[in-house]
This record gives sequence, structure tokens and C-alpha cells, in this order.
Amino acid sequence: MHFHNLVDQFWPSTVDGLTVGAIYALIALGYTLVYGVLKLINFAHSEIFMIGTFASLFLLHGLDIKGPQAGATLVGVLLLSLLAAMGASGIAAVLLERIAYRPLRRRGASRLAALISAIGASLFLQEFFALRYGRDLLPFPRVLKKSTLFTIGGGQVRNDKMVVFLAAIIMMVVLDRFVNGTRLGRGIRATAQDPETAVLMGVNIDRVVVATFALGGMMAGVAAMLYGLRFENTQYIAGFLPGIKAFTAAVLGGIGNIRGALLGGLVLGLLETYGASVLGSQWKDVFAFAILVVVLMFRPTGLLGEALSRARA
Amino acid sequence: MRGPLRHTTKAVAILGVAAILLAACSSSKKSNVSTGGSSATSAASGGGSKGTVKIGFFGALTGPNAQLGINEYNGTKLAVDQFNKKGGTQVDLVKYDSQGDPAQAPQLAQKAISDKVVAIVGPAFSGESKAADPIFEQAHIVNVTASATNPGLATNGWKYWHRVVGNDNAQGPSAADFISKKLAAKKVAVIDDNQEYSLGIANIVRQTLGSLVAFSDHIDPKAQDYSATVNGAKAANVDAIFYGGYYAEGGRLLKQLRDAGVTAPFVSDDGAEDNKLVSTAGAANAEGAYATCPCGDVTQSTTAGTFVQDYKADAGTDPAIYSAEAYDAASVILQAIGAGKTTGPDINTYLATIDFKGITKEIKFGDNGDIAASGIYIYKVTSGSFQVQGLVSQLIGS
Amino acid sequence: MTTQPEDPEAAPPPPPPPERGRLAQLTASADHVRERLRGVRRNLPDITGIVGAWWDRRPKWQHWIAMLVALVLAVLAPATSVGRIMAPSSDWKTILFNPIGVYVLLAMGLNIVVGLAGLLDLGYVAFFAIGSYALATLATKQHWNFWAVLPVGVVIAAAAGVILGAPTLRLRGDYLAIVTLGFGEIIRIVANNSNWLGGPRGISNIPHPPAIGHIKALTYGVLDPKPYYYLVLAMIVLVIFIVRRLERSRVGRAWQAIGEDEDAAELMGVPAFKFKLWAFAMGAAIGGMCGVLFAAKQIAITPDNFQFLLSVLILAAVVLGGSGNLPGVMLGAFLVAWLPERFRSLQNYRFLIFGAALVALMIFRPQGLLPSRRRREEMVAGEGGMGRLGAEVMETPLETPA
Repeated sequence: MHFHNLVDQFWPSTVDGLTVGAIYALIALGYTLVYGVLKLINFAHSEIFMIGTFASLFLLHGLDIKGPQAGATLVGVLLLSLLAAMGASGIAAVLLERIAYRPLRRRGASRLAALISAIGASLFLQEFFALRYGRDLLPFPRVLKKSTLFTIGGGQVRNDKMVVFLAAIIMMVVLDRFVNGTRLGRGIRATAQDPETAVLMGVNIDRVVVATFALGGMMAGVAAMLYGLRFENTQYIAGFLPGIKAFTAAVLGGIGNIRGALLGGLVLGLLETYGASVLGSQWKDVFAFAILVVVLMFRPTGLLGEALSRARA
Repeated sequence: MRGPLRHTTKAVAILGVAAILLAACSSSKKSNVSTGGSSATSAASGGGSKGTVKIGFFGALTGPNAQLGINEYNGTKLAVDQFNKKGGTQVDLVKYDSQGDPAQAPQLAQKAISDKVVAIVGPAFSGESKAADPIFEQAHIVNVTASATNPGLATNGWKYWHRVVGNDNAQGPSAADFISKKLAAKKVAVIDDNQEYSLGIANIVRQTLGSLVAFSDHIDPKAQDYSATVNGAKAANVDAIFYGGYYAEGGRLLKQLRDAGVTAPFVSDDGAEDNKLVSTAGAANAEGAYATCPCGDVTQSTTAGTFVQDYKADAGTDPAIYSAEAYDAASVILQAIGAGKTTGPDINTYLATIDFKGITKEIKFGDNGDIAASGIYIYKVTSGSFQVQGLVSQLIGS
Repeated sequence: MTTQPEDPEAAPPPPPPPERGRLAQLTASADHVRERLRGVRRNLPDITGIVGAWWDRRPKWQHWIAMLVALVLAVLAPATSVGRIMAPSSDWKTILFNPIGVYVLLAMGLNIVVGLAGLLDLGYVAFFAIGSYALATLATKQHWNFWAVLPVGVVIAAAAGVILGAPTLRLRGDYLAIVTLGFGEIIRIVANNSNWLGGPRGISNIPHPPAIGHIKALTYGVLDPKPYYYLVLAMIVLVIFIVRRLERSRVGRAWQAIGEDEDAAELMGVPAFKFKLWAFAMGAAIGGMCGVLFAAKQIAITPDNFQFLLSVLILAAVVLGGSGNLPGVMLGAFLVAWLPERFRSLQNYRFLIFGAALVALMIFRPQGLLPSRRRREEMVAGEGGMGRLGAEVMETPLETPA
């Protein structure tokens, strides 16, 4: 146990923790949205994320990016890569719902059957990408030249980490506005709260479900592009570990709760990195799960509870 | 459950056990292939049709560090092809792709047994060796490894195990000496990925460097993000880094170190000495990285004969790390087969007294199956690929 | 859906929708076709239901005969002729033990937790790992023999089940899922990080069980996989007996009551928590027993032998086969274990097809291949057991006014 590491490396750990936590938070949004509306654990969401990373990579290959860009080209490339990832993940999520979940919904299948279907879809997508693109790590060309923007304490805030964090916060705010502001967002919240009454109030459940999956998928797409930017590689199983972590984060924050997903993601990222500096990186996953169990024991519905968003008075 | 039902259950249970025993006894009489326990007589016999002997290659042919296995397979295949061309007993080479994973190795070794191979070139990695070799030992299958360098493998009392390359009891201290004497480092970070081979050699380096080790850590080969380790190495202000492990993770670690601004020289071991390290880390990041190896560069060797050209013609690429050693490992087995030994125990007895002039070295096995220590070379990434610099002992000038 | 009598005061039928465009017409005709198909599917005879009901009506002695025949067939299974059909590209005798035997045993254990008690456990592999590591450490470090470790491994695994369950079984279903997933990973990571458990290098040189007498079928080694197969078969038979007794006892009835409606069960005097813990412990014990046997055959184990994927596969086997129904989960496990081996020639496409097959099977038969009686009744009633996916609102779709 190296507690002094926690103190010595506090700022670098905080910066790294918030960065990875932001990525977890974005992926967690997909889990939490789908769970809130359908009470389904979308196991294949990790593959939705993975598809986004591949889309981002292919776009960069397509634009023939070989090295770091600057200025307007940089912004353009980043935006295009973001759109590619969001598009691919969003479409993949909608297709997933169509093929793997909707038939089960129609038949009144148990949640367990849906979980197995999700697992099957997850395996299928993983293997598909493995067969098509190989099982090795695929490197990204470096788009953003990594440079330190400023330093807090001992922690260097690099430009790529800053982009990840800010982008996550922005997308989270956008999603929050969407869910609380628009009509479709109201429909989502209504369905999450009480599907039967929502139908009676005229909500089109099918459309709500599609929108939920699309939104979750797009958020995963954002996470995917940022992951590519930060870690610069991807693989057919790139979604597995972030997926499990993000699901943990969603539960930690309160499954079904959008702000909970953000909080859960950031908290998990921070705790993981602090845990790694104190206990050694090999214990960080154990640490994260242990925190989860402790939190759930004292707050069984997660840190922020389960409402999809704060109920308006 | 009470009354008649309980009696019925008991009756069926007794009947059931009786049925099992009866059927087992009868079917074991019927079965003709090698059955029974690990008695010395149930040796692995040469399978296949008359005049064909099966040997296997066991190692990573797919997976993160597959290039090492592929190199060795190509070397083995070349030896087998050349042997078969001479006529006489034909040899079948069977592939066993373990992906370098000790979790898959036991099941695969069982498959080799049921395929009736008599000898194995490999296993290529030390971790899978530790898992699979007890099975080969019990099944009396000769195994000759060209690259599993963990010294502990020689201490298990295995009679069927052999190694044609120098082990980490030589490589580890050489790497440590290179760092402390040639690079004159005063603060060293020693990092490994906790696998059998990596931890083994890293611990030897830690021991040899002693108080020079300023930072020590383990990484998870399956993880992507090594920031905790990188931050630690940076905070310790090291002026050299030793990484025990393979090229895929080594490349990732190197990239993240350089990205974080750690400029200290990076030294690794034979598992990392592959040009894929350069492509994983990025050419700029990898430039100047070192790797030790008990293997010399066969393209510059004077004893290799036509090996390099033959290899290129057969496999389509240049020989790389351990291709030549695997060729030698296969050659000693093939020499035994050529001398008429077609069962595991016979080949094993032949190897005990063999004195073979291989293309990499003279091969003579000690009582424990290991060879005498060989020189350790150092390689450096120059203009994007590993180039041999020379023997560590000569470079240090000790 | 119940039909209502004509209401004379009901509102007149809505006016016909306005002329739709081509796309809308196509979608409408597609929907029409789908409705027809749905009607056909609903009217198809429920084969397994019919066979199941017929089977239930058979007198008890016929059941016993059938089981005995099945047992004899199982004992004769590792014949080379059978192997030629069942597994042309693998060693049939070896795969009969692992993965087939191992998966069947594990699925039976998980069935107690998921199928009988209705608890979603995503980390079942942890108990399997505990049993394996128990043998590995006790046999290589303390030189205990297999038969001595077997009961110890079972007890340790059961204790782990109780330790996991005590703080977490009060959590709601999906939270339990993530916590058990976490537990599975924690066990693997602890094994991976602990040097005394071998770390990622694992433990090797695990000795075989000592032979019993000089019976060939009870002599264990690397050359003949059959004795191990007979041992796992004996364990399977044992577990069948235990589970059958449990199902018909107070414990089994309590599980069923808890699964249907926990609050009602509590009100009727069923201590839900205690019985849930029982289920966990029993499932864990079976997992541990299987783990001890696995380690002995494998000779070398590493943490990577106990990955999350195995928990997932066993869960898939349970649900696929028909969760709650013992023959069902055994069939499910057999298929999940055997099919990838049978089609090894398809090599790289195995898991691709497996994944697609899981999805397809859940779409067309979500209750599993041989659903338990309870599940069959649920499907008929239109409910989906562990909560539905909003299907109750699917029967009456409404169009949102534009």
C-alpha cells in the first residue's frame, strides 16, 4: 500500500482519472438510457462503442491522415471523425434494437431471454469484426499532436485529455437538455416512469425505444472517437473492458439516471486511478468493484437514485 | 422424500453405479488404443500410416505476440520440408496454436497426445511450457524449445524437455550489466507484465541491479492504459527503463512513456526483439530502444550455410528472431528420426547423447535438458528496425 | 387478450386514414404479413408442451426406466464409433469431459440459482475457480490427494457463496447481476495478482486423483480421458438426485414462491433471504466440485481459465435449455459445449455462428428449448417471468398524433 503515491501523484492521477472517467460516463449513458426505458441490460452496447472506434479509424484512413494536423484542418478532421463515430454507433444501436430486441419485446419474452439475446449479439459483433479486420490491435494515426496545455500541481493537462473531458461534459449537457427539453425527451422520461400510462397519454413506445437506442448509441460514438484520440488504437474486443466499467459506473450513479451516469463515470474513473496509485495498477478493477458493493450496500439504488432525470415539480 | 420413493431411489442408485462399473470394465477391454494410466510402457508411438512420423509445433501462431511463434514455425517447417525431400521416413508437421496462452496450453497438449505426435518443437513461451510440459512428460512426448528461456523450466526434473537456446540466468544479468555499465544508469525502472517469462527475467534484473532500481511495477498485458506506471516512472526520474515482456505490450508501454515525456533509454528482452515493437510504439518513439537476446542475427552468421536463402524461398520472408533456433530444434529431432528412432522414448534416448552442429550453435544437452550457456547479444532499433550491435560482454568490455 | 362484448354506446370506428404514399403502403403491407405470421406462430402446436404433459402423465416406474437407459447410454458414449459422428475433428473422449461434462455440471449448478431461485448471477465462474484453486494449492503445496480435497473444495466454494450472498442478496435483480459479475472478476483478479496462487502464471503440476483399486476405469492419467469422464458423469448423476429432492422439498417450494412474488412469500412466512442464500450456497458448492475435478484433469490452471466469458456461456446454456428445468439445462449445456467442437472445421466462424444462433433462438423460442412447467404456463398466459420488456403495452399500439 503506497499511500504516499496518492499524495505525490494526486494531480496527475486526478487528471487521468477524470479523462478515463469521462469516457466511461459517455458509454454509461447508453446503458442507463436503455435500462431506464426497457429495464434491459444492453450487453451489446460495448460492441456499439467498438463499432464507433472502427468508424473513426476508417474515416481517418479514408481522409488519408498520416500525421498530426493543425488549425482548421484539425478541427475539421476531429469533427468528421466524431460524426462518423456517432453515425456508425447510432445506426448500429438502432439496428441492434430492431434485430435482437424488438422481436422479443413483441413476444413478451422474459428479461433473461433478452439478456441472452444481447449476449449473442455481442459475441456475433465481436467475432464479425475479428474475422473482418483481424484480432490484432489497429493503430490510429496521430491526429492531435500531444502537448501540455498547462500544469496543475504535478499533473500535466495534455490537450488530448482536455478535449476528452470537455467533449464529454458538453455532450452530457446536450443530452440532458434534450431529455428534459424536447418532446421526444419527455416521451423517453414518461416511458421510463410508467410505460402503460405513457401509452395512454399518446406516447409512441416504438419511436421512444428507437430514439433511446439511437441516443445511447450516439453517446457511445462520441466516447469511441475520444477513445481513439486518447489511446490511439482499437481492437475487436476494445469494447469489453470499457463496457463492463461503464455498466458499473451506471449502476454506481443510479441505473436509469442520466446525471447518475455522468457522476458514476467520473467517480469510477477517479477512484480507479487513485486506487491504482495506492494499491498498484493490478488492483484497480478489484478496488472499483469493491467500492460498488460498498456503495450499493448503503445506497441500494446508487448514488443519485433511479429516476431517469430529476422529476419536475 | 419418504417411503417407497426412497427405496426406489436407492435401488436405482445402486443399479446406476453397477452399470457404470460394468460398462467401464467392458469398454476398457474393448478399446485398443493406448489406455490406462501413466505407466512407462504406454509410450507415445508413431502414429499415422507406415513410414510416417508425426511431430508438432506448439506456440503462438495467432494472438498478440504471434510473430515469435510464426518465425519459429517457419524455421521448423523448412527443416521438415528439407528432411522429407531426402526420401525415407516422412514426417508430418502438425500445428498447435496456443496463442502463447498458458490457459489454452493443457487442452492443446491433450490434443497432441490424441494426435499421436512423438515430438514437439516448442512450446515457444515459458508460461505455456510450464502448463503443457508436465502433460508431455507424462505422455512421453519429446519437446525441444527454441525460445522458452525461463531458467526454472530446467529444474523440474523433466526427462523429455530440452532447450536449444541460452536461458535467462545468462540473459538477465547481461541486460542488467548493459544498463548499469554501458548505459551507466544510476536510477532504473524495472517493469514487467507478470507472466512466467517476463517476471522471471525482470526479477533477475532487479536482483542484479540491486539498489539501482528506483521504480518497480507490473502492468496488465490485457490493459490499454498504463498511465499509473508511466506516472510512477516519471516521478522517480529514472535514467533507464528495463521492460520484461513481449513486443506487443512493450511497444504500448514505450509509446505511452515517450508521450509522457520520459526520454530515458528503453531496454527490453528477447520477447520484445521484433520489429512489430517499432510499429506498435511508433518509429519515432522506438528509435534507440534496445533488446537483449541469446540469439545472434542469423543473416550475419557464417555458420548458417544456405539457411537464409532457403528460408526466404520457403516462407517468403526473411528469417527473424528464433527462426534459426527453431530450425535447429527441429533438426535434432529429425536427425533422431532419420536414425530410425520413431517413438518418443527412443528419440529421447538419442537426444541425450547427441552432439549436433546446428546453424546457430553446437547442441549438446546436459542432464537436465538444457544446453551450456551461450553469449547474449544486444540489438538496437536503428532507422526503424532492430539491428544487432554485438555481444553484451564485448560491448561492456568486461 | 380477452374479447369484450359489443358496446352499443362505443364511439364509432375512426375514419379511414388518408391516402398514404408508396413507402407507407409498403410498410403497411409488411406489417400485415407480419401480423399473419404472428397469428400462424401462435396457432402452431406447442410440441414440447404436449410432450412434456404426456411425460408427466407417465407412471413413475417408466420415468426410472427411461433415466436408467439414459444413464447406460451416457456410460457407453465415449466409444470411438460415436466419436466419429459427434466430433470428427476433435478428440471425442476428451471433449466429453471438457467442455461437455463440465458445462453440464456447471449449468446444473447455475440452474439452482437462476432457474429455481430466480437470482441473476453473472459471476458463476468464481465458484468454479475457487474449487480449482483449492485443489491446485492443497495438492501441490500441502500434498493432499484429490479425494481429500473434493469435500474441502465444495465447502470452501459454498462458504464463498454465502460470503458473496450475505451482503448482496437484498439488492434488486439487476444490481445483483452487476455485483455478481464484479465478484467473478474479483476472484479472477485476486488469483492473478497473488503470488501464492501463482499469479498470472498459475499453478501447474497438479497431481491426478490416485487410482481406486486396480480398476482401469478408475485410474486417472493423461493418456486416457475416460476415467475422468466417468467421474464427471457420477457427479452429474449425484447432482440430479440432489436437485430432484430439493425441488420437491420445502426448499424447492420456497424458491418457487420467492420467484413468483417475493413479498407475498415473505407474508406467508417464507424467509426469502435465508432461502436465497441457500440457493447461492448450493449453486456455489456444485461449481466448486466441478472446479476441483477440472483442475485435476487440466494439470495446470491459470486465472485465464476462469474468465467472464465462461459465466456468460453457462448462463446462455441455462436459458437456452430452459431455465428451471433440469433436462432442459443439461440439453442446453450439451449444445453450447458440443456445437462449437462439432463444427471445428468452421474454425474461425464458430463463435460468429454461435452468437447469431443465440439471438435467433431467443427470438423464436425465448422460453428455452425445454421450458420448465412454470415457464410454459407463463408463456401461455402472456407473461414473461422475470419482468417483461414493455410487451404489455405492445398489444395496443397507438399512433401519436402528428
